Amino acid sequence: MIRYVLPLAVFLALVSLLAIGLTRDPRLVPSPLVGQPAPAFALTDLQQPDHTVTRADLLGKVFLLNVWATWCVSCRAEHEVLMQIARQGDVPIYGLNYKDDRQEAVRWLQRLGNPYVRNLYDPEGQVGLDLGVYGTPESFLVDQKGVIVHKHVGPITAAIWQQELRPVINAVKAR
Amino acid sequence: MIPELGHFALILAFCMALVQGILPLVGAHRGQLAWMGIAFPAARAQFLFVAIAFACLAYAFLAKDFSVAYVAQNANSLLPAIYRFSAVWGAHEGSLLLWALILCGWTVAVTVFSRSLPLEFSSRVVGVMGLVSVGFLLFMLGTSNPFERLLPMPADGRDLNPLLQDPGLVIHPPMLYMGYVGLAVPFSFAIATLLEGRLDAAWTRWTRPWTLIAWVFLTLGIALGSWWAYYELGWGGWWFWDPVENASFMPWLIAMALIHCLAVTEKRNTFKGWSVLLAIFGFSLSLLGTFLVRSGVLVSVHAFATDPARGVFILTFLGLTVGSALLLYAWRVSNVTRRGGFDLLSRESLLLTNNVLLSVAAATILLGTLYPLLLDSLNLGKISVGPPYFNAVFIPLMMPLVFLLGIGPLTRWKKERFKVLGSRLKLAFLISVLLAGALVGLTAIPSSLMVAIGLGLAVWVTYTALQAIAARFRYGQDRWRTLRAIPLEFFGMTLAHLGVAVFVVGVTLASSQSVEQDVRLEPGGAQTLAGYEFRFDGVAETMGPNYRAQQGEIRVFRSGELVATLFPQKRIYPVQPQPMTEAAIDPGLTRDLYVALGEPLGDGAWSVRLYYKPFVRWIWLGPLLMAIGGLVAASDRRYRLIKQARRAAVLDKMPNELGLAREGAQ
Repeated sequence: MIRYVLPLAVFLALVSLLAIGLTRDPRLVPSPLVGQPAPAFALTDLQQPDHTVTRADLLGKVFLLNVWATWCVSCRAEHEVLMQIARQGDVPIYGLNYKDDRQEAVRWLQRLGNPYVRNLYDPEGQVGLDLGVYGTPESFLVDQKGVIVHKHVGPITAAIWQQELRPVINAVKAR
Repeated sequence: MIPELGHFALILAFCMALVQGILPLVGAHRGQLAWMGIAFPAARAQFLFVAIAFACLAYAFLAKDFSVAYVAQNANSLLPAIYRFSAVWGAHEGSLLLWALILCGWTVAVTVFSRSLPLEFSSRVVGVMGLVSVGFLLFMLGTSNPFERLLPMPADGRDLNPLLQDPGLVIHPPMLYMGYVGLAVPFSFAIATLLEGRLDAAWTRWTRPWTLIAWVFLTLGIALGSWWAYYELGWGGWWFWDPVENASFMPWLIAMALIHCLAVTEKRNTFKGWSVLLAIFGFSLSLLGTFLVRSGVLVSVHAFATDPARGVFILTFLGLTVGSALLLYAWRVSNVTRRGGFDLLSRESLLLTNNVLLSVAAATILLGTLYPLLLDSLNLGKISVGPPYFNAVFIPLMMPLVFLLGIGPLTRWKKERFKVLGSRLKLAFLISVLLAGALVGLTAIPSSLMVAIGLGLAVWVTYTALQAIAARFRYGQDRWRTLRAIPLEFFGMTLAHLGVAVFVVGVTLASSQSVEQDVRLEPGGAQTLAGYEFRFDGVAETMGPNYRAQQGEIRVFRSGELVATLFPQKRIYPVQPQPMTEAAIDPGLTRDLYVALGEPLGDGAWSVRLYYKPFVRWIWLGPLLMAIGGLVAASDRRYRLIKQARRAAVLDKMPNELGLAREGAQ
């Protein structure tokens, strides 16, 4: 008898899973890091493997730290928007290449254009872990002193850039 | 006025769906002929009303009626007429309407082509389809009315997403929906059988052509989507393991398992419970796909506008439909199932393996698709699962499947001797290994073990498929008569299997032998790639009906001869300022040349992406062959003969049943 009821049981488990999933917003991840200093790190530069970049190298200006990977489809969708943001020049974008292959990532940038001032190569995802990255893409706005002021989960679209990120950048710059 | 008419037609269709979903089922249960007789007319009336609603929405688009919110969101006065029409299903509300229309279309097809089935059975089938339709129409009327007005009326619309302004996207969704919704037919047949409680092999014979046709549409729909992604997204990929792609791929795998399973049930009267279960799973996965796309529980590049109310509705609907189907299954199948005997080595056991591999493949994809959601629900964090997972689990499941595909058609039902089978396959195996070795070893192409395995499997499938046909001629005296005696179903199967071989060749070579290069090209500059010389003649501005474009001109030469002139574009749609890359492709049977514009680098120079993609067409040619094979199999004479025989049988039994029905009614 059990084997005939099994499909039903599995299905009911699936439905309850989906019901819980429905109450969550996949883009909404509360981050305890907002308002905290960005974690310290020392990573190699993606395109120059013999250069090491540390947290101190990035400070001084408000910047956007974008976590991406070549295996991430949403990052592909986001890329064109990052290119536009980079062209506008309001804010420098730094990339955190997350759990990726160096060659693939370099080729991606050659192929699609490079919106990043610099890219940090994080193959093991350690800095990602410190930042509380759950999936790609994620973006962090960091102020002049290195404090994380905003976090966005999921691809940045033109609308999100205009309505969510840009006001924060202007506010931080005005401070 | 017209949009209100459409809305009204939709409400009438909903009433018809209620009638169609309730009366015939009750009638069949009680044996009341009159109530059963309502099934067909109600289904046809419902189709008529949904078609009127669809026509009204299409009219609103063609007449640029921006007072309708849905039209204003998805069209623009400059959008060409063909895309204004396809914009009907360009977003959530309209694609639901298309879904409902197609469901009604399938139901009417059942009333036409399966009218010779016993009345009790056919009214149950149509009744179940009516209930499904009730759910979808209620969903539309309750949460997603496409006829909602927008006041004050905007001066112009916000235009269709530029990604969807493409001929491929005009036909891709209807094809895919035909497949998705088509799986409602075998589902309803299975439920009707369970309701009757008489789980014999008859329903499998009746449902086989329907399953085949639904699978054919699903195949074409998925292949079209993949082809569209290849030329429209501008980076030469053809499959991304996106949640929405997965949502269409899972029912396809299950439908394919069902087709093979039905063959066993029909011919050997075994696997009966399994057939029913697969029929339920196939349609359940279609519904699950709808839920995943519409509810916003997963992040996807395809994500439609999402709304929690919609998610709750679809989940409830999914729970009721599939839950009751599985409950019915648990209740009925436990009393009925008997096992037909077969040996460890037999066609049954091979087809069982086929079913297990396909189901496991679908399950692993389901797991990968839902895993981020699972972790989130358990508060274990949020992750995204990428192609590395899917490739790692999917390919190892498919390799044994393709290998067994060569053996299955050459194996006897019930009992096969290992030695006999071995001697039958010895030559094919040897040829596959040698030919693959020769192809990999003797040509200059850089190669790996995976390439050798891929090519070897393709040769193996082709050789054994032809061998199975040749075997039919061995004893026949008259070749022409032998040929005519081979059932179409067999040819269909062979074609579909050859399609698999073609697909495997395409995937193997395109993924391993492609060459790509990103270069900076100045006007007059040239670059050589894989023996082709690409000459860049600069970029000029052009205008489309609703976009501006930077259009490059690239002439391709091979040994000094002009092969093609390509015009890749970078488009800006002013209404939705989102740059679009339009790649230019010179297609060929053995190779594609693919050019896409990157970024302007100043002084007329551009970064340009050049690809040489060998045999990439075969990736879509394979599914096309599979689809043709499915059509050929579905048109087998046997199904038509059975229909006539059935009709005769029904007529014979009629007086008897009438008598019984009267008794039941008293």
